[in-house]
Amino acid sequence: MTAAVPAALPASLAANRRLDRWVRFLPDGTVAVRSGKVELGQGIASALAQIAADELDVAYSRIRMIPADTAESPDEGITAGSMSVEQSGSALRQACAEVRYELLEAAADLLDVHPMDLDVEDGTVRAPTGKTLNYWQLAEKADLGRAADGRARPKSVDSLRLVGRPLPRLDIAAKVSGAAFVHDLELPGMLHGRVVRPPSYRARLVSLVAEPVRAMPGVAALVREGRFLGVVAQREEQAIHAMQALAKHAGWEEQADLPNVEAVPQFLRSARAQTETLCATGGRPADAPSLSACYSRPYLFHGSIGPACAVAWWRDGRLQVWSHSQSIRPLRRDLAIALGVDEESILVHHAEGAGCYGHNGADDAALDAALLARAVPGSPVRVQWMREDEFGWEPLGPAMAAKVEGWLDDSGKLAAWRCELWSNRHIMRPGRDANPNLLAAWHLDRGFEPPAPIDVPFESGGTSHRNIVPKYDIPRLEIVHHVLQDIPLRTSTLRSIGCYLNHFAIESFMDELALSAGVDPVEFRLRHLPDPRERAVIEAAAKKAGWDTLRSAARGNAARGTGIGFGRYKNTAAIAAVIAEVEVAATVRVLRFVAAVDCGRVVNPDGVANQIEGGVVQAASWTLKEQVRFDRTRITSRTWEDYPILSFSEAPAVEVVLIDRPEEPSFGVGEVVAGQTAAAIANAVHDALGVRVRDLPLTRERLVALINGS
Amino acid sequence: MTADTVSFRVNGVQHLLALPPETPLLYILRNDLKLKGTRFGCGLGQCGACTVLVDGRSVQSCDVPLWSVAGKSVTTVEGLGGAGRLHPLQQAILDEQAAQCGYCLNGVLMSAAALLAENRHPTEAQIRAGLDRNLCRCGTHARIVRAIQRAAKALAEAGAP
Repeated sequence: MTAAVPAALPASLAANRRLDRWVRFLPDGTVAVRSGKVELGQGIASALAQIAADELDVAYSRIRMIPADTAESPDEGITAGSMSVEQSGSALRQACAEVRYELLEAAADLLDVHPMDLDVEDGTVRAPTGKTLNYWQLAEKADLGRAADGRARPKSVDSLRLVGRPLPRLDIAAKVSGAAFVHDLELPGMLHGRVVRPPSYRARLVSLVAEPVRAMPGVAALVREGRFLGVVAQREEQAIHAMQALAKHAGWEEQADLPNVEAVPQFLRSARAQTETLCATGGRPADAPSLSACYSRPYLFHGSIGPACAVAWWRDGRLQVWSHSQSIRPLRRDLAIALGVDEESILVHHAEGAGCYGHNGADDAALDAALLARAVPGSPVRVQWMREDEFGWEPLGPAMAAKVEGWLDDSGKLAAWRCELWSNRHIMRPGRDANPNLLAAWHLDRGFEPPAPIDVPFESGGTSHRNIVPKYDIPRLEIVHHVLQDIPLRTSTLRSIGCYLNHFAIESFMDELALSAGVDPVEFRLRHLPDPRERAVIEAAAKKAGWDTLRSAARGNAARGTGIGFGRYKNTAAIAAVIAEVEVAATVRVLRFVAAVDCGRVVNPDGVANQIEGGVVQAASWTLKEQVRFDRTRITSRTWEDYPILSFSEAPAVEVVLIDRPEEPSFGVGEVVAGQTAAAIANAVHDALGVRVRDLPLTRERLVALINGS
Repeated sequence: MTADTVSFRVNGVQHLLALPPETPLLYILRNDLKLKGTRFGCGLGQCGACTVLVDGRSVQSCDVPLWSVAGKSVTTVEGLGGAGRLHPLQQAILDEQAAQCGYCLNGVLMSAAALLAENRHPTEAQIRAGLDRNLCRCGTHARIVRAIQRAAKALAEAGAP
């Protein structure tokens, strides 16, 4: 179908208008689809394939999602912020609608019929006369190199056949039977590299004896540039031995400049900051607040199971890099600056890594590999970080603190709300500063400094301050952000960014207010929530969980409790409520989670459920167990023993309720439940014990201290 | 370290390798035999991403020196189902869509295979306990447990030993 007035193109398509950049028909009867968004284990490639297959009218199994690279793929910036279905999905939907239109126009011409009279099934176009042509024949006639113009319209909701169905992911078969990741890439003559990192962030290299290491078995090169030290060897275990030996021969001078790990909230609240008022409506009440409370989260690891890895290959003055980066073009830009070469001489291929959950060491490993490979031109070099490197050097999810004050009116409704947030800005990704945002660049002797972090502007959804404004109907609001200026530990974006603390604080405080007003916490939220879609999500979660019976049952059993957390990502995107049922004995154990979600039109219900289940379990792990530990000089959490996460025996089941809204735009779901999960657990613990945990993690020690204190 | 010649079987194939005896099995599988399904995660035997079977027992191959597998039989995920076939455990992962990133899965599959070889009818709690040396960061635990229950049922129905 086409319209006389062209529709505005989705932003990703407007920036990459050539149709054949998105879709090509291959001689083997498959369809190559390119997106600028990359697979991070979240299943996005399969969801996009599903959208493309539906819009083109070809079988899902014919779609080949081509890994992104900096030469051919559409430029869609960064794969982050749960934006891939929204951005790439809408671009692909429109691009495929236009491709289908061009193919049908060509077919109509060849078959001498009107395009409206043609049927399409799995890429075969049939005329009323029974004559057929297929897309692969037609692709040669049609102009697929043209720019998208917005005239062809995507299918209406009722003619979708694949979108909305739980199709299996395309990538899992390879992942249960062998090579699948950048870690598994094997290039001819490939060597192995390892980096010797300083023992702490600002350590200075004061001595180095390299000669004994040069003579070790298999060592092909030693690299020293400033305080960047590395080795290249024939075999992987030889590289590890040489790295360990070189580390022993390096002398460092360190500084004791880290905060006290036992008093992180106090550190945040007293650190140098620039204060910004994010929102002020209705004026602050003159009287004292009805309630006030402070909440905090610690520094957290992304904790990928596969440490950062990259392969780099210099040949004839050109560099190729294989990386599990979330942002291959910004990475290429910063690689060029750090290496002092033209951006055009670098080709970055995306290759899958283990789940990253935000900005981890993926980009850094790419520069490590490029620096080491430069010492052995012609030979590809694979670098994988050791576990100790990953924990010692990955950017941490920032610690944050918030103080919330609330005023209830005589009827028990919220009259005013005030919140102060203490957080540094979160984004320290590559690609936007004269200084590269890549770890090794700061260790070279070239004067690169770590750039100051940024946030997405508050008005555009924010980053550290994302979801700091409650979604509830509150007449008077004041929100203040103390933007921390000194950042002693390296940080960047972690899944759900500021929302983990912000939703935890808001939803814990709503619980405290509800109890203070003598109102059931679900009812209290509903009283402040006019939007029917948002109300429906809370009601669906409460119904599925059996909220009323659980709360009253819990009152009869001091060891069990139930709690809820609610929120809408960016206050405009996916809506989610999480209910936790806990049992408190020696430790807090979550018996069961229920999560209800409205993310607009559901592309793949099983894919959404998988992301929600994973998001809840990961946030439960942060909430119950996780905190990066350090002394005044060094990160001391260096192995999984020092940083336990939820085990198979501890991970609860998550029951997911999806509210499909086929007529509404689709929203991503990767980051939409974290803070709700934390609040649901803390609220459930309060329901069980009457004890309020406001500083995370909610460990046994912390609980015991609170019980003894109260 | 000097190289000794060590003979052992991997996925039914005999190999004779001249390498230092302390060389971790993980790197031999990955880099000499090109069996990339066994992956590095921590190098300390704490995460389970490198789990393989040695004479049917699950071990962390990052922690296993070459000398200790002399004369033994190693199974990796590539050999789990036999030539070109998926093992019921692998099929069950597909059937349950029990994956997010999938990096931990090969280690999980090998631990599960060892578990089912010892206990054909494990309870859910036994399955979970059997996987406590494997870490999953994506939060796919419940799906993986369901997949193993499905595979156990399929194996029992097929009358597998």
